[in-house]
Amino acid sequence: MTDLIRLTAADLAERIRSREVSSEEVTRAHLDRIDQVDGTLHSFLHVAHDAALDAARAVDASLAAGNEPASPLAGVPLALKDVFTTTDMPTTAGSKILEGWRSPYDATVTTALRAAGIPLLGKTNMDEFAMGSSTENSAYGPTLNPWDTTRVPGGSGGGSAAALASFEAPLAIGTDTGGSIRQPAAVTGTVGCKPTYGGVSRYGLIACASSLDQGGPCGRTVLDTALLHQVIAGHDPRDSTSLQAAVPDVVAAARAGASGDLRGVRVGVVKELHSDAYQPGVLSSFDAAVEVLTSLGAEVVEVSCPSFDHALASYYLILPSEVSSNLARFDAMRYGLRVGDDGTHSAEQVMAMTRAAGFGPEVKRRIMIGTYALSAGYYDAYYGQALKVRTLIARDFDAAYEKVDVLVSPTTPSTAFPLGEKVDDPIAMYLYDLCTLPTNLAGHPAMSVPSGLADGLPVGLQIMAPALADDRLYRVGAAYEAARGEFPHPSGV
Amino acid sequence: MTDTEGTAPGAAISRDEVAHLARLSRLALTEAELDEFAGQLDSILGHVKAVSEVDTTAIDPTANPLAVTNVTRPDVVVPGLGQDGALDQAPSSEQGRFAVPRILGEEQ
Repeated sequence: MTDLIRLTAADLAERIRSREVSSEEVTRAHLDRIDQVDGTLHSFLHVAHDAALDAARAVDASLAAGNEPASPLAGVPLALKDVFTTTDMPTTAGSKILEGWRSPYDATVTTALRAAGIPLLGKTNMDEFAMGSSTENSAYGPTLNPWDTTRVPGGSGGGSAAALASFEAPLAIGTDTGGSIRQPAAVTGTVGCKPTYGGVSRYGLIACASSLDQGGPCGRTVLDTALLHQVIAGHDPRDSTSLQAAVPDVVAAARAGASGDLRGVRVGVVKELHSDAYQPGVLSSFDAAVEVLTSLGAEVVEVSCPSFDHALASYYLILPSEVSSNLARFDAMRYGLRVGDDGTHSAEQVMAMTRAAGFGPEVKRRIMIGTYALSAGYYDAYYGQALKVRTLIARDFDAAYEKVDVLVSPTTPSTAFPLGEKVDDPIAMYLYDLCTLPTNLAGHPAMSVPSGLADGLPVGLQIMAPALADDRLYRVGAAYEAARGEFPHPSGV
Repeated sequence: MTDTEGTAPGAAISRDEVAHLARLSRLALTEAELDEFAGQLDSILGHVKAVSEVDTTAIDPTANPLAVTNVTRPDVVVPGLGQDGALDQAPSSEQGRFAVPRILGEEQ
């Protein structure tokens, strides 16, 4: 029998549509895989055995009745990052403050997945409220990297990425505030795309930093990722920052790109995202990937974006400022954890005790940094100045895109680092997202595609494009992927 | 936030200031947490302070990457959560309302 968990989502969808296999069989195969390996990896915070099989059987019944599939991915199961609300599963955002909480409504992304006939296998582990680069900030314990279980799977979306890399799921959803889709994709040898800001609804996505957060698709191939992108993207009247523009045809772009012809495509290598401080194996993999793009006909030039050097400082003022405001909603009054309500404490004391007990160290640090940056006397010097630097970064992108169609860089400065290495050193952790932050500040789309191995661990190629040009990522990504050939799989699990 | 007493030479923020931030942030931190966070916040602020050295003369701030203005929708009633839905996950409720600890008579 074909090993169903090894197939691509596109292949599975075709087999389910032609009724060669049932969605129930496919879903059960992935649930079995989760039962087999997740005790070690901990990709999932919640596994929805029964609900996933019910959803799969509904797809099978609909197809058996002669109906058209609900979407091109109908029947293919998926792992959902635990930051999207679901009425039939817990939603924790990786935090103790939401332990046991049950959302009264589905996120728009959740609704879109259900409507597309995609069974939800469960909710994946993440850094608390998506704050982190290693998934070690999850209040429920870390996820391990399937390539080397002594190393992190990246973060914040380490659960979704590890689920893909270990064949627990053929598709996953992540969110990317500063790299939380692309960076885990890079270090697990999977594909992840952060769409243009506003491309995928944030309704029901528990907020980290609202002007940066963006949900997006994750897969093992560029085409699978494109198929999922098409399912979740589009205008949502419930999200006032949702784009009104038409969704770029990313599936057509991925199929066109797979022909491997990049003639006429101008590619810029970002000088500021290529440093001798990066791991040598990452640089050599990146340089080889650029040569592949050249061999496919792309015209490659170096471009300079000098303001990117200030992206980290700008990001780590803007993000905590938005965090300090957004997380004020966790006040112990209306939902979530409540600590100390024994009649001796005031509402304000209960609030402070609950937040101290319910938030982990990184969330507390960021709330306090944000409170500081927004304080009278510091507002203009920090937050206001960071917003101006954000404008400079966007201008650098605009100038670059006058010369080229896409920009490329390594996705991360090094391969996956050992568990525990950076957990008590916030700055070292922040620096790991150096290459992914600028696109979030500009609101642009970007993707990570596996480019090879360095010392046995995956390396990611980052492709960036202007706002609304998400299709360029898929064209270039698919062309590169086809030329690169089959990517190895982890042997560890 | 003008009290810089206790700030070590060259430090961006003092332990007392961190304690003040914790109060503003409604975080009842332990003494051990304050000790740990004081050093870490100092290190983080030391890095991010670099933005103040960037020349941003005549540069407008960007708060939202999309140049969107107000977004409105037609003023039409649509179904909402309802009282039961809204109270379903409340830590405590009474007579169809959220029940909260006392809010009056607190120290200021």
